[in-house]
Amino acid sequence: MGNYLIRRLLQTILVIFGVTILAFLTLHMAGDPTYLYVSERASEAEVAETRAKLGFDRPLYVQYSTYLWGLVRGDMGNSLRTRTPAFDLVLERLPATVELTIFAMIIAILFAIPIGVFSAMNRGTAVDGGIMLFAMLGQSMPSFWLGIMLILFVSLNLRWLPISGHIPVIQPFLAGQFGLAVSNIPEAVRHLILPALTLGVFSLARNARLIRSSMLEVLSLDYVITARAKGLPGWVVVMRHAFRNALIPFITIIGLEFGFLLSGVVVTETVFSWPGVGRLVFNSINQRDIPVVQSAVVFFALLFVILNLFVDVIYTLLDPRIRLSGANE
Amino acid sequence: MSKPATALIEPATLRQSGVEPAVRQQPGWWRRAVISLRRAKWPIIAIFFLLGVMLIAVFSQQLAPHDPNRQNLIRRLQPPLTFTAEGNAEYWLGSDGLGRDVLSRLLFGARVSILVGVVAVVLGGFVGTTLGVLAGYIGGRTDDLIMRLADIQLAFPFILLAIMVLVVLGSGILNLILVLGIGQWVTYARIARGETIAQRGREYVEAARAIGVRDRQILWKTILPNILAPLIVIASFNIASVILAEASLSFLGLGVPPDVPTWGAMLAESRDQIMGGFWWLAVLPGVAIMLTVLSLNILGDWTRDFLDPRLRGRS
Repeated sequence: MGNYLIRRLLQTILVIFGVTILAFLTLHMAGDPTYLYVSERASEAEVAETRAKLGFDRPLYVQYSTYLWGLVRGDMGNSLRTRTPAFDLVLERLPATVELTIFAMIIAILFAIPIGVFSAMNRGTAVDGGIMLFAMLGQSMPSFWLGIMLILFVSLNLRWLPISGHIPVIQPFLAGQFGLAVSNIPEAVRHLILPALTLGVFSLARNARLIRSSMLEVLSLDYVITARAKGLPGWVVVMRHAFRNALIPFITIIGLEFGFLLSGVVVTETVFSWPGVGRLVFNSINQRDIPVVQSAVVFFALLFVILNLFVDVIYTLLDPRIRLSGANE
Repeated sequence: MSKPATALIEPATLRQSGVEPAVRQQPGWWRRAVISLRRAKWPIIAIFFLLGVMLIAVFSQQLAPHDPNRQNLIRRLQPPLTFTAEGNAEYWLGSDGLGRDVLSRLLFGARVSILVGVVAVVLGGFVGTTLGVLAGYIGGRTDDLIMRLADIQLAFPFILLAIMVLVVLGSGILNLILVLGIGQWVTYARIARGETIAQRGREYVEAARAIGVRDRQILWKTILPNILAPLIVIASFNIASVILAEASLSFLGLGVPPDVPTWGAMLAESRDQIMGGFWWLAVLPGVAIMLTVLSLNILGDWTRDFLDPRLRGRS
């Protein structure tokens, strides 16, 4: 087991290196990256000056090691717009994005379980068909379109929930204002519902279908049939015997879920003017503020890699079967 | 990345078609496909819908009642079914914030979605399958190298990688197709590799090797035809997710140039108009995307069950 963990750790380090190299090379894909950092009207002298200042005139490997060293210190260059460290801008916006992602994850996982189980238990009925149709639709629409529809009908027409706006919870919590953080929660949730539903709908639909098929598979296994034959009541069979085992394949995707949701924050936050990292990325795209886009993307990628390692380690500790099959690969 | 649209609606008819008497001669591939399709209702509807979208994409020039880019600021934001004084329909589906005809823009939008979806998947499928088959067949260092590259790419949530590349390269239809296509290679590579490894030790491959068939021929003529089924299944779902990704990127302004109407870009423009309640601008392009993607997903389900029932619930 120790062996497996060490291998997994080495692999992660390799991937992290790869991510940084890929991110670094992306900058050079269109030729001289200096032009990304100067305005279109800049004179040759200005371009040369910027090139020297940013070190783009040095050999690639020197540039890369400088880049890597900066990354280690959390220095990814300054924003072209605000002239402040780009990475700080990302960190500033992080709490709002984390709130949104966690809430979306709650929707995508907690709601999916009862829906999937219910659907499996009523297999072949109209209810099951209806739920699966909705799940299919949920996987077929662009999530940001759902966001626009929710704004249009739930906020503008019915006036049930706010169109946009963000009430911070994590931020005051980190600042030590616990009372404020707690008292903000009800309003924060009201503002979170629509964006989180938008962000989580694809995952919700996929998970509900996954739970359903997983349940159906387990329900047809011998030991479940035995449990039924023993005369146990239906719900005991479902909850105690089937559900717990149906959950195993589902748990393996939770780790990936977070990364998947993170990739959706750019469009979702744009639709709802949510003041998180995604909206920052969108604004930076429009202002061609390359260092900020780079910081956010690399930060998310590294976060994703480390989370995956973390999840793998936890599985290894929880389930020896996963450990063994992983070691055999 | 890859968001496989796992399909669990099982057309009941497909379940019945599984068992065939062993003595009866198996009908040909096409015949079986037609028989299976005739029993299923939804895949048929999906196929007709997709054929319709393709025809629209090809003939949008002829079908569109207006030039999709002609602005008419006096007649802006007209609701659907706006008629002229003489009683002729002026805007069947309304006009947008610049007075452009929504119907015409929707028809032209089909072009980009279909073109980008199909070409990107062909590109990604080609690159991924080639690398995956090589990794699986050669093994060793080649395999390690290719699979570590796959790990690295998977470490990036796909849309973010696409954003980073498109911001540097600049948007445009070619760059969009390249990014979306290359973004998909990992999915194909992993499956092709796994299947190749499974086939490599089979007797028919051994036999081919024993009679002196060269590696290249074994790879492309012997192994590849036997691993195509799961790849085709993945491709049908993949077009759906590429169309969704294209819509997202267009929505962010990273898609094609503004003078090319696309469904995603129409949604992006509608965002400025929703406060005024001009619902048709936001509803219609979204419905177009959703129905197209839904049809592809239904078709993907059917393809999977038809080609390889073992794959049901996997992906």
